[in-house]
Formats: sequence, structure tokens, C-alpha cells
Amino acid sequence: MLLRSPHLASEETPPFELKGSLFTLTVLHLFQMDRTAIERHLVEKVKQAPSFFNNTPVVIDLEGMTDSLDGLDFNGLYELLRAHGMVPVGLRNGTPIQQAAARLAGLPALPESRANSGAKKPDKPEPALHSRLVNHPVRSGQQIYAPDGDLIVLGAVSAGAEVIADGNIHIYGVLRGRALAGVRGDAEARIFCQSLEAELVSIAGRYRISEQLDPADRSKAVQIHLTEDRLVIEHLTR
Amino acid sequence: MATVIVVTSGKGGVGKTTTSASFATGLAQRGYRTVVIDFDVGLRNLDLIMGCERRVVYDFVNVINNEANLNQCLIRDKRVENLYILPASQTRDKDALTKEGVERILNELKQGFDYIVCDSPAGIERGALMALYFADEALVVTNPEVSSVRDSDRILGILASRSRRAEQGDTPVKEHLVLARYAPERADRGDMLSVDDVLEILGIPLLGVIPESLTVLQSSNAGVPVILEEGSEAGAAYSDLVDRFLGKDLPHRFTSIQKKGFLKRLFGRG
Repeated sequence: MLLRSPHLASEETPPFELKGSLFTLTVLHLFQMDRTAIERHLVEKVKQAPSFFNNTPVVIDLEGMTDSLDGLDFNGLYELLRAHGMVPVGLRNGTPIQQAAARLAGLPALPESRANSGAKKPDKPEPALHSRLVNHPVRSGQQIYAPDGDLIVLGAVSAGAEVIADGNIHIYGVLRGRALAGVRGDAEARIFCQSLEAELVSIAGRYRISEQLDPADRSKAVQIHLTEDRLVIEHLTR
Repeated sequence: MATVIVVTSGKGGVGKTTTSASFATGLAQRGYRTVVIDFDVGLRNLDLIMGCERRVVYDFVNVINNEANLNQCLIRDKRVENLYILPASQTRDKDALTKEGVERILNELKQGFDYIVCDSPAGIERGALMALYFADEALVVTNPEVSSVRDSDRILGILASRSRRAEQGDTPVKEHLVLARYAPERADRGDMLSVDDVLEILGIPLLGVIPESLTVLQSSNAGVPVILEEGSEAGAAYSDLVDRFLGKDLPHRFTSIQKKGFLKRLFGRG
């Protein structure tokens, strides 16, 4: 079972833990590869706000690149930026060859920004949500996991079946099995179902088994969420 | 092209072999060339229920291992024309079933038959997986009690994910529900799940309800498929089931204490 949450104390503490997290990073939109021009502009910028360029991580974005050269000198660019207080951490956009060259210079390719339709859109980091749709009943013994997003089940979830999501879980049938939302710790995740007959429901590691469910909630259309670290079951009204 | 039908359930003792025997016999009675294969290697039963246990020379595993050819192995039923039985081996175990071997035999049988009925062993292990892997349609046999229904649910999940049709992204295996050993008076008292309860949980079309009946036991012991027992309720229910499988629209019988109440209950509810 995927109950990976800080709430559940493990028997021994591992030396580290991997977790996804979101950061606001400065993006350096590179338009041309003229080294002297870049340097001149950099010096100016640093003069304006010296404290800002103090080991500031930046992502290099090649979306507006006018030079179509594949052979950009990423090593040189890296050194240049370091020399002026910036730490390049990755590359966005660019051709596969440019990305490969950047990788050699220690710059991994980052996924393209989602809002790349309009050129002047604000670079607000958006959580990449990938919902998974299941259009058949989930039978006993089956386990369905939606990593990084929501899980939508159009049929019933049978007793002995398990539906798991990093985000929310929506079930448009009867929930008779187990549903675990927010398994990577998202306390905002919710579970929605048309009829609650679950064996177990869990959000971000907080769980309740069938026995602990209020008989008044049984076979009702409900949503389940966490409030002050407690599972709350609310009836859905039509 | 022949249709491969698996009779399966997950749980043991719910009536798979009884259903396989009567279903195959019913298809043959209606003129279709039918063969029924016992996949329960090591726990051979179908030959007993079909009453041909004393005529088994070669078996399924012999053919898989190329120790005999199909014609030596197929047993012709003495009562019904067009009906053949392919018995399991009693001295081997399920590991003797290979995907390649089973496929080769099914392909060979498809040349000469309209319907190939695969009688699955209980469980979800190799034997059961081999029996359902090549299926086009499935009869899922369930008894009106929770453990049987849950196991059927499990096997439906396996049909939908591990059959060849599922693996190759073909149209899914067509599922039919057979509710066996049904006693309407006990369902009414709440001692047993009702037809509606089972349908609600499994959510697949109902092909037939077979009433609990002493005749099934007697005919099994006598080696006669119950569908051949004139005047028995279980036999009549199997006969209806075969007709429905072949496309006839028949009302379900033997599902309520008054023998006509089921449809009333079904439609009178609103």
C-alpha cells in the first residue's frame, strides 16, 4: 500500500528522503549568443542590484533565441554567469542538440513552460497536473495509481480494489474498495464519490477504515477532505 | 471462425464444471460443433460429469507435448452429436500448460469447431490464466454469497487486464454472468444475496440463473450433464441460458418464489 506520509512513523529513519517541491527561479531569456554584448549587459544589471546577484540560481531560456546556431558555447556561458554571481541550474527550450550541449556543460533540460502560447505571459510556476481517467470499473485485486495528479474513475471501485492518487480522487460510481488521495503528502487533496461504502479512505496519510465510518455517511454521495489534520466527510448535495 | 468461451469463477466449487458440461452440451444439441476442454490439469473432473471417464486414453497435456495428436485425444460424446471432450491430465500439474501449446491446440480446434468451451480450474494461477487467456467470451459463474462474488470480481479484473484481447488492445472479452445455486426463498429471507445484489456489485449482463437443485448433484454423480435431465429446473435454466447466449430474448426463470415475479420486481420498481 502506498501510505507514504510523514504522519506514519517508520521503524527506522532513512538517511534521506526524496520529495517534489516547487521553487521560484529567475529565468534568463537569452536572445543572442554575443559574448561581449552579454557581458556588457550583465555588468550593468549587477551594478543596478548588486545584492540580487549573489549566487542566484538561474534557468537559461532559449525560447527567444534569434541565433539558430546549434553549437552554443554553454561552458563559456556558464563561466560568464558564475563570474557575475549567477548559478545556472538548467536549460529551458532550445533544440535537442542545444539541450545535449547544455547537458554536457552540467545544465539539465527543464520542461517547457506551460504558458508558452503568449510570449509575454508572466513566468508563474504552475504545478504540472496530469490527471488519469479510468473508464472501466476497478475490480477486486486491481490497483490504479495516478502519479502527479488526479484520478477519475467513471465506474465503481470494487471491494479489494485500490485507487491511489497524488492529487484528488473522483469516483462516479460506488466506492467499495480503498481510496488514497494525496499519497505524497498533499493535505489539500480530496476524495469524491457517488456512494461511500469504502473499506478505507485516506488523505495525505490520515486514514479511516470502514468500521470507523459513520453509518449515516454510508452509501451517500460525499466528499472527504482534511481539516486541521482530521478527515471530514461531507455529504454532496445536488 | 470458432468462438473460444472460458467458464471461470475464481472460487472453487461454484459450478464451473457443471456449467461447462451443460453449456457445451446445449450448444451441441442446437447443432453447433462444440468441444469442451478441461483445463484443471491434475484435478480432472469434467470427464466424470460428462460420463466419459472410462474412455480417456490420451489427454490435453499429451497433445501439448506432442505425444499424441488431437484426434486421438478428443472423446466423442455418445449422447449428443457434435459434442467432443478434451480431458485434462490427472498425473501432471498446471505447469504442463504452456501458452504456445495451448494456442497451437486452440488454433487446430478452431478449424473443426464452432465453439470451444474452456473449463477453467479455480484460483487465479497458471491453469486459470491459461484457460482465459485466449477467450473471446467468458461465462463468470458466481454463487449468491459474498466471497464468491468478490472472487468473480477479481477474475473479471484479470479478464480485463491479462487476457490476450486485453494485452493486444483488441475488443474486450465479452462477459456473461451465470448465477448458480440460487435459492429464491433464501434470498428473500436475506440469507443469500439476491440477483439484484450480485448484479449491482459485478455490473455485467446476466446470462442465466441456475436454481439450487438436488438434480445437479444426482446427475453429476451419474455422469449426465444436467441440461439433459428432462423436467429438472436446473436443466431448463441451462437450456434457457444456452438460448440466450445464442441471441434469444428469454425472461429469467426460477429467480423468485412465485415463478414469474422476477420481471415484475425488476420493472415494477421504477
